[in-house]
Amino acid sequence: MARIEILKTYKLFIGGQFPRTESGRFYALKNTKGTPIANICLSSRKDVRNAAQAARKAFGGWSEKTAFNRGQILYRIAEMLEGRRDQFIAELQAQGVGKAKAEKEVEIAIDRIVYYAGWCDKYNQVLSAVNPVSSSHFNFSVYEPTGVVGIFAPQNTSLLGLVSVLMPVIAGGNTCLVLASENMPLCAITFAEVLHSSDLPGGVVNILTGTNKELADTLSSHMDINAIVYGGEDSEILKSIQENAVSNIKRVIVQKKDWVKPDSQDLYMIIDTQELKTTWHPIENIGGATSSY
Amino acid sequence: MAKKVEKIEVPSWDYAPSLESTSHIELKERYDLYIDGKWVKPTSGKYFATVNPANEQKLAEVAHGNALDVDKAVKAARKAYNEVWSKMPGSERAKYIYRIARLMQERAREFAVIETLDAGKTIRESRDVDVPLACNHFFYYAGWADKLEYAFPNRKIESLGVAGQIIPWNFPLLMAAWKIAPALATGNTVVLKPAETTPLTALKLAEIIDEAGLPPGVVNIVTGYGDTGASIVDHADIDKIAFTGSTGVGKLIQKAVAGTPKKVTLELGGKSANIIFDDAPIDQAVEGIVNGIFFNQGHVCCAGSRLFVQENIAERVVQKLKQRMETLYVGNPLDKNTDIGAINSKEQLATINKYIKIGQKEGAEMYQPVCSIPSKGYYCPPTLFLNVAQSSLIAQEEIFGPVLTIQTFRTVDEVIQKANNTPFGLAAGVWTDKGSRIFNLTTKLRAGVIWANTYNKFDPTSPFGGYKESGFGREGGLHGLSAYLK
Repeated sequence: MARIEILKTYKLFIGGQFPRTESGRFYALKNTKGTPIANICLSSRKDVRNAAQAARKAFGGWSEKTAFNRGQILYRIAEMLEGRRDQFIAELQAQGVGKAKAEKEVEIAIDRIVYYAGWCDKYNQVLSAVNPVSSSHFNFSVYEPTGVVGIFAPQNTSLLGLVSVLMPVIAGGNTCLVLASENMPLCAITFAEVLHSSDLPGGVVNILTGTNKELADTLSSHMDINAIVYGGEDSEILKSIQENAVSNIKRVIVQKKDWVKPDSQDLYMIIDTQELKTTWHPIENIGGATSSY
Repeated sequence: MAKKVEKIEVPSWDYAPSLESTSHIELKERYDLYIDGKWVKPTSGKYFATVNPANEQKLAEVAHGNALDVDKAVKAARKAYNEVWSKMPGSERAKYIYRIARLMQERAREFAVIETLDAGKTIRESRDVDVPLACNHFFYYAGWADKLEYAFPNRKIESLGVAGQIIPWNFPLLMAAWKIAPALATGNTVVLKPAETTPLTALKLAEIIDEAGLPPGVVNIVTGYGDTGASIVDHADIDKIAFTGSTGVGKLIQKAVAGTPKKVTLELGGKSANIIFDDAPIDQAVEGIVNGIFFNQGHVCCAGSRLFVQENIAERVVQKLKQRMETLYVGNPLDKNTDIGAINSKEQLATINKYIKIGQKEGAEMYQPVCSIPSKGYYCPPTLFLNVAQSSLIAQEEIFGPVLTIQTFRTVDEVIQKANNTPFGLAAGVWTDKGSRIFNLTTKLRAGVIWANTYNKFDPTSPFGGYKESGFGREGGLHGLSAYLK
């Protein structure tokens, strides 16, 4: 008799753990033939709040890690994903992506993580500045993470879109909560398992599944989320997100790109969720004859 | 052990008045709108008076632009963008901007006096801070116009189009410079609205822009009230809104542009912490506190309005601060001896007084030095509140006047938490002799500008702007360019 396969329960990823939605609700994901392939958590507003809280808690630790260390952890994510290549290809195929395309998507996703891993300890070198002010002060500007970022993953890809909008956010030291693609949520949760085994501290990335429509308001009006990255294509939802963002002047960044293309990754996507800080300090005025050494 | 505190001595400083002359300035009785290189009458035919807050006398009448006028200005700006400005090589744009800087420098004293008359700020500040910084801002950004490719590696440099810019009344000319200079350098054209209480220096700037021979429509100045600003924000053919002002209005603007492709930068309010550690040079720190909160009558978005003093030196610092406050001159802004000039408007004075009442009602202990205040005009003596709770309204909300709250702390972690415990994040000050502590604090304070052992310093090369509800985007420096590029 053939062996009975163990099926995976797809759950959420909050604070480094895999809870079910507190609401107990789910939706059935079907393949292109209409056969159910998994039950997916239908996250509630409470799940969003829990995820935001976990992300805030993780912010201090993650943002204060050395840039080099963040780079190593991101690289480790790529290593873990490489090891699970076949699993992701299979999951993409289960969600209707052709084999060749699925292979390409996973490969680009891995390479993209390596790309952003390398940026961690370089973007500030490239884009910070020492400002030559006309007074006796030393003045410099450096980038710092914005804080907690709410991410709406692109809808039409299961893995690559998510990776493309997520990596620049955490490479820059932010923590986040991500709403996975509604129709293609499988890879998001499996990717959470990759994150989980990559030395990424719990809470840095929190992944929820559910509907954009239901959760967009809670996410975009949450007072402890500093920025929103919107990777979807629904202009009505985007408008309401932008309106809700007013509550605490969230930065709203719209990321709409063809994620397969090489130019859909760059340094400035990291800067999108950064704040520039400028620091002044007086310079003791030595002056006079002694200053010509 | 707290040392025994000396008694407050009130030194009597008696200077003869030293008034700046107003004879060399030229003001028209009535100003029209500056659109498409011409002075045009407002469609509504309406004008409003701008008054000198130091004596409540009318200075001039200024046009009240409406949506039709804004539309005219946007059309002119669009035409200038399409036909002239976006096609002009950066090196040529630069020359125009340099010209503006030079012409302003030539008329610097006139600008300073008009600024003082219209805004109520002291002549010392408008002469030594506002006007030179404004000139330098044009000079600085002029040089960028043909070097933009070097600013952002690997990024295609493209201007946005027409920028709608709305500026506040606290640094009228300087804010106009902060807005116009980078917009022009990056190849955009401009529709700018000055604040209703301080339109004069922007209009004088329009005269200079005219004199500089800038192509018509590249810079348009539309004066008016909030409705005029709203018409700019709502105009469909504007590509970018740059706003400096209150967080309340900033939120209205962010909401108004939701769902549109308009790019926005907001430079909003603040409630900045100024933190004094026990190893700080106390006398310098006291000067820093005074400069932090009483500079420009406290009408400064980044004012150091929340003072945190380490507990073991609090008594001494407060004593010295009170002593220093006794020596501050409140009065005629044109007098070179004056430290604190006039409050910008009757409305703002009412707001400040409202908060002073709230502070007293909330149980904080108020201190104001004895000082004579002119009978005409809008004035507020320098004010501080002791025993202020973190939850107190006067420690949470932006007052935008010469009102300081004082709280104490014991440990570094405590003061970081208290300092960050506000929706704002514009600036902060740290006073200590210890380098490692400075860097610890400067990295943990969530604010866009940190002054260590100094306060309220500004420079064209230095980016300025906030975290959190103090807005987004930067003005000044290399990074200020990106607000005007795709």
